[in-house]
Amino acid sequence: MQEDINKRIVDDFVANDVSFVTTVPCKQLAGVIDEIDARKDIHHIPSNKEDEGMGLCAGAFMGGKRPAIIMQNTAIGVTINTLATLTQYYRMPLPMLISYRGELGEPVACQVEMAVHTKALLAQLHIPTYHFHHRDDVEELDKIIKYTFMCNKPVAILTDASFWGGY
Amino acid sequence: MIRSEILKEIAPILRDQLVVCNIGIPSQELHAIDDQPSNFYMLGTMGLASSIGLGLALSQPKPVISIDGDGSVLTNLGTLPTIANNPAGNFILLIIDNGSYGSTGDQPTYAGRKTSLAKVAEACGCETVVECAAEDTGRVLQEALDSGEMTIIVCKCESGNAKMPVITMDPVVIRDRFMKAVSA
Repeated sequence: MQEDINKRIVDDFVANDVSFVTTVPCKQLAGVIDEIDARKDIHHIPSNKEDEGMGLCAGAFMGGKRPAIIMQNTAIGVTINTLATLTQYYRMPLPMLISYRGELGEPVACQVEMAVHTKALLAQLHIPTYHFHHRDDVEELDKIIKYTFMCNKPVAILTDASFWGGY
Repeated sequence: MIRSEILKEIAPILRDQLVVCNIGIPSQELHAIDDQPSNFYMLGTMGLASSIGLGLALSQPKPVISIDGDGSVLTNLGTLPTIANNPAGNFILLIIDNGSYGSTGDQPTYAGRKTSLAKVAEACGCETVVECAAEDTGRVLQEALDSGEMTIIVCKCESGNAKMPVITMDPVVIRDRFMKAVSA
């Protein structure tokens, strides 16, 4: 079942011609990152920090590829300047598949500290935000990716522990 | 030599290439010396010139030169392992290392003291790293372009800035004309 959801997510990216994906790992995202890495249609560049990854994605977009970033919500804090002055300022599309740590089922208390700020920060940045809580929420992913490249904006997809089926 | 003198000297080489230029005074200087649609000027986001350049080089075949500074590389030091481990033969990272944060008042950087960015790049796994004197930048850059190998150039020069106007071009215009130059 877990493998199915990872495959389903990556299938949607590939079907929308997303061919350049940068990742910073999270335990919740391990399966989807493995799946990204295994696909020959996707150039996977692991990055050391999320703002660096957003720079890579900006370059890939200007090179004619559709990019995406996979990261943890704790990184929203370190990417605000990049989102505002690069991705948004130059009007570039960027689907952000984000693990929403610190939600129901979270075992690590410190993760809650950024979870409580995550949606507020995204709202402050006027970033369209979708929250995947139930397994069926993945049905919207295809439309969200299309929407991202239609409007040339960064778009956040928060995926919580309930969506991933716990830890 | 200071950065603006180097940029003047290498402008004829840069003119025919895709250039991603670092935030602040470097972009203002390049814009004033030789504005080209094939120049992507960073108006914000310190540190990401090398990341944007690598992403661009990996996504299309034309040569890409990222003009970076020692302070900006230090702020995004994680870029060097990413560059080393994802080599693109069409990518050149030109670090103009004047040992100072030029755009903010020439405060000294650690690269101007004990830290060697060339050695850091080598330790990160970058295979072709050339440290050169300011006067040799044009020759080293042309050799790197001719080699077709990913090259990190650390050009040691003096601290100082030319007084140039702020870039007032809209970012979407900069991006649009740059993308047209990429796909031309």
